[in-house]
Amino acid sequence: MAFFETVLGLSQTALELGLISALTVLALFLSYSMLNVCDLSTDGCFTLGAAVGAVVALSGHPLLSIPAAMLAGMLSGLITAFLQTRMGINSLLAGIIVNTALYSVNIAVMGNASLLNMNKVETVFTKMQAVLSGTFLSGQYKLIVALIAVAFTVLFLSLFLKTRLGLAIRATGNNPDMVRSSSINPIFTTTVGLCVANAFTALSGCLLAQSQKSVSIDIGQGMVTIALASLLMGTVLLNRRSVPLQAVGAVLGAILFRIVYTIALRFDMPASMLKLVSSVIVIVAISGPYLKQKMPTILRRIKTKEGK
Amino acid sequence: MLKLNDVTLTFSRGTQDAKTVLNHISLHVKKGDFISIIGANGAGKSTLFNAVCGSLLTDSGSIILDGVDVTTMPEHKRAKVIGRLYQDPMRGSAPGMSIEENLALASGHGGWLSAISKADKKLFRDRLALLNMGLEDRMKQQVGLLSGGQRQALTLMMATVNPPKLLLLDEHTAALDPATAEKVLALTKSIVEEQKLTCLMITHNMQSALDLGNRTLMMNNGKIILDVEGEERKGLTVSDLLDRFRQVSKQELDNDKILLS
Repeated sequence: MAFFETVLGLSQTALELGLISALTVLALFLSYSMLNVCDLSTDGCFTLGAAVGAVVALSGHPLLSIPAAMLAGMLSGLITAFLQTRMGINSLLAGIIVNTALYSVNIAVMGNASLLNMNKVETVFTKMQAVLSGTFLSGQYKLIVALIAVAFTVLFLSLFLKTRLGLAIRATGNNPDMVRSSSINPIFTTTVGLCVANAFTALSGCLLAQSQKSVSIDIGQGMVTIALASLLMGTVLLNRRSVPLQAVGAVLGAILFRIVYTIALRFDMPASMLKLVSSVIVIVAISGPYLKQKMPTILRRIKTKEGK
Repeated sequence: MLKLNDVTLTFSRGTQDAKTVLNHISLHVKKGDFISIIGANGAGKSTLFNAVCGSLLTDSGSIILDGVDVTTMPEHKRAKVIGRLYQDPMRGSAPGMSIEENLALASGHGGWLSAISKADKKLFRDRLALLNMGLEDRMKQQVGLLSGGQRQALTLMMATVNPPKLLLLDEHTAALDPATAEKVLALTKSIVEEQKLTCLMITHNMQSALDLGNRTLMMNNGKIILDVEGEERKGLTVSDLLDRFRQVSKQELDNDKILLS
């Protein structure tokens, strides 16, 4: 019985964390899969969302913390987009530069501290707890908040990517020449795409901080790799489907990643291994298809050498 | 309709490798003109198109399109009234998106936040049916699954779903197999006639340069060295063209290069 409770508790935590990080995965789904931009400011933006959300919640406005964090994320995305579309900075470098700058910004937002505590503060989670108290869902308040956020985001992306603007964003990642000849400015679509994506990244950070009732300056560290790993796992699950299904795949990937990670922890994998594992997953997922394609050539080369 | 006044463009200007690719070009295209453009590789034909489209900004001179000075207008703004097809059939459409979505983007119908309307879907189906390729029944399929000829035909539809003021065809059939090339060329001809488009077509095939359209330009070293239309053009043969080239440029034209490449 105790065993089942442990499993249940663990899988619930995995589900909650998976759903919260799914928001970042959905952000990368937009920027990486659709727009074909690898946004390396994700880590900093995640922390920015967490910091801004925490500060607003600490000032007594838990509900306001959500739009505030998303707005901050949008602003960060706007700067990343501006650097890569208007200032001639390579898109990877633009992300790294913004990420570095955000470290200072985040410390400043947190009032020159690297850790904020929200133990006795009202958050969106405590609000939901109060709403649900007494009902049979009272223990699931974290899950419900995360679920609402993810459902909203998936729905938004599914509808958004069907609009003319959404189609233009997808085409920008697919064939920028064609976007220009459709008299749409790819600079505009890249900017909108990155703003929306970073709003979701920041929302993800905001919710994680509030669910664990604290935010530290390194809360977002490695987030981009973890989210990419989840996204690529999701792609394996639901590949070459319609856009809404691909978005659902991204969410499933995020949850699956958390479950695998939780199981690994149960088998005494040190928690610090998380980032190594996610890096390996990304490497395998990206270079796997590449190596598979190269394999016949490599094998032939080895054979010819042996023959000599 | 389209006026180029003394347009000049030099690559690597101010260095030893400087190459003048457009050398004081002046050209007046009348509404409804269908002009074929021939010339050896490096003559400046595609550069001329790039200058008109805005992919390249010129060094001097002005470009007037339908009374509007577009000399420094960004490419995507000019694209509203200019349709362009490239030699590479992959270049004009987004492979990861469906036929319908590609056409929707090209049509530019509706606001930023509106989805593809039912009326548009029907319009696209009707337009695609004209191609006789069965594409109208594959609207939801990814464009990446189409053959080169089908993709070029789709690009032609995308470029003309809103009749453009100017249609630029840059050897758009050169990468297709002969049968498909003929089909796409016939389609081009019928669409240009149906919509009464003003059209410039670069071709390496001198015979089709004379067969199609009402006016023929020959370019060499960044200059228009021959410009024939009307009665003068009617009697011309390919060997006449080659003779004229020799006279004007005082050099042998690499006939094979033009005819075969």
